[in-house]
Amino acid sequence: MSATQQKDSVLSLRGINKTFGAVAALTDIDLDVAAGQVVAVVGDNGAGKSTLVKVLSGVHSPDSGTITFDSKTVDIPSPAAAHRLGIATVFQDLALCENLNVIQNLFLGQELRPLRLNEVAMETRSWELLRQLSAKIPSVRVPVASLSGGQRQTVAIARSLLGDPKIIILDEPTAALGVAQTAEVLNLVERLRENGLGVIMISHNMADVKAVADTVAVLRLGRNNGVFDVNDVSVEDIIAAITGATDNVVSQRRARRKEGLS
Amino acid sequence: MTTTLATDRQDERLQSREGLRGAITDVIERARGGDLGVIPVVVGLVVIWAVLQVLNPVFLSSTNLVNLTLESAAVGVIALGIVCVLLVGEIDLSVGSVSGLSGAVLAVLFVDKGLPVWAAILAAVALSAAIGWVYAQLFNRFGVPSFVITLAGLLAFLGLQLYVLGTKGSINLPFDSALVNFAQLAFVPQWLSYTFAVVAAAGLFASGHLHARERRRAGLSARTTSMLAVRSIALLAVLTFVVWYLGQTRGVGWMFVLFVAMVLVMHYLLSRTKWGRSVYAVGGNVEAARRAGINVRAVYTSVFMLCSSFAAVGGILAAARLAAANQSSGAGDVNLNAIAAAVIGGTSLFGGRGTAFGALLGMIVIQSISSGLTLLNLDSSIRFVVTGVVLLLAVVVDSIARKSRTSHGRA
Repeated sequence: MSATQQKDSVLSLRGINKTFGAVAALTDIDLDVAAGQVVAVVGDNGAGKSTLVKVLSGVHSPDSGTITFDSKTVDIPSPAAAHRLGIATVFQDLALCENLNVIQNLFLGQELRPLRLNEVAMETRSWELLRQLSAKIPSVRVPVASLSGGQRQTVAIARSLLGDPKIIILDEPTAALGVAQTAEVLNLVERLRENGLGVIMISHNMADVKAVADTVAVLRLGRNNGVFDVNDVSVEDIIAAITGATDNVVSQRRARRKEGLS
Repeated sequence: MTTTLATDRQDERLQSREGLRGAITDVIERARGGDLGVIPVVVGLVVIWAVLQVLNPVFLSSTNLVNLTLESAAVGVIALGIVCVLLVGEIDLSVGSVSGLSGAVLAVLFVDKGLPVWAAILAAVALSAAIGWVYAQLFNRFGVPSFVITLAGLLAFLGLQLYVLGTKGSINLPFDSALVNFAQLAFVPQWLSYTFAVVAAAGLFASGHLHARERRRAGLSARTTSMLAVRSIALLAVLTFVVWYLGQTRGVGWMFVLFVAMVLVMHYLLSRTKWGRSVYAVGGNVEAARRAGINVRAVYTSVFMLCSSFAAVGGILAAARLAAANQSSGAGDVNLNAIAAAVIGGTSLFGGRGTAFGALLGMIVIQSISSGLTLLNLDSSIRFVVTGVVLLLAVVVDSIARKSRTSHGRA
């Protein structure tokens, strides 16, 4: 299976390095995402997940390494370049402008008809996107400041779908969501996969990872620490890879509880 | 609930308000939530006009109001530029000096060097745009805070202004030149003023109607035709009254028309173009704007250049109005008045909030104070104090409204 993934992968990273001053945030990172594949990137705090997202979305440039997109070697010097390539990102902090309303945020940077904004078309399209996400947003003409955390997450995800991207990066998409909205987002992730998009999902939530991901890539201290097929791996193994040892406080605790139960 | 509900009205939590009463309820509700819009400035204007009229019955006379409109144009244009920089959350403190410098450059090129007036104007505006470009480069490349850059600019360009004017220190513009004529004697014929008023009202109705029709076609809720008509008729009534009242004496000056035209153009650019959106976005959340693919540096550059260019135009209008450029052009309270006008007009000092019309309304407030106190024969010391107090009040209102918006989840 891994051989076919290599062949039709839309996005491949090879040997990506990124340092901030003396801190090596990413060291020799490899990652492959195919069309119609959901790759979960997991790791502990400070493992380099967010830095990886920023490299892919053009916020930071890598110090070295190659990025191959659609079998062409590419540079992603700016967020605009990432947009053009077809890499859309939903950031953990959502990156919404609180003073602008939902429509203005959805179409920020890609407004229709630049010299005489087509408000009507943008509003119609906004409603389509939000309905598609079963969003519970009463009005799209209110400033984002007045929306709840979950509603903001929905707006951010809806925005990433606007440019017909090939790859969507979701940075902890369900962290701030309620039960129903989490399920909606997971449904959405599956719909993205059915439409042939590659999805990179950063997550701490093992249940979400097991539920929707095809492949799990583990980062630890800025390095690759294993890529697993989600069907062949247990949550314990993933956690072991995340924490870097099979004998650690998490697995000990689980073992104790299992003993206690049996 | 009707069966065919507009796409944007389907959520059951939405309260639907129809007609005129609904619109008024909306405004009251929004004001309670801290979204004051133009309410404070309009209330402030009424209070100030009432007080000044009581103190001196000449204040609301047609003659004085005509004068007031003409006097407000120069600094008002500068305030328009300030609105743009404040919208991205920055400041330009050097607009006074830049306006003085451009007046001096115009005078030297036009009077001393004998260039045609359009060439002199173009050169002065181009120089100021270049100044704005330099500010933007310093801001973008080195990350120096804009108030420090422009504070340095304030001093440096005042120096350059004095150097350009040379030992004479003052250059008179010929009274028979088109420029001076435009600023002092050119008034719109009464019939044309009325035509402007009708065109404005008809334009408002037509654009509103077309927009509403487009929205209804797309299945969205829209303003009713009667609401649009009420709005247009109200505008027509106000404009006709203004034109009629100013027409009792000299009428509406072309310079004021130019100022209003610039406000309208800026309003369009800010509210209806991609560039305007990006200005508000940068003022609201720079990082979000950058990640959305907006060229943030280009936005800053455009805004600083625009502000300096408006300062130059303001300086040229001031020189034309005075028929001279001298060492005190653009000095004194020009800087603070322009910034005060923008802030009083509802532009937030924190960025991302404000309109082009704010510059117009704010400028009329500032100019009313200045004109009223001059009529009372009070000297500039008291004028400075009163203007300072009004500016402070405006900022306090802005801060209170901001707090209220936060607690009502609107900011």
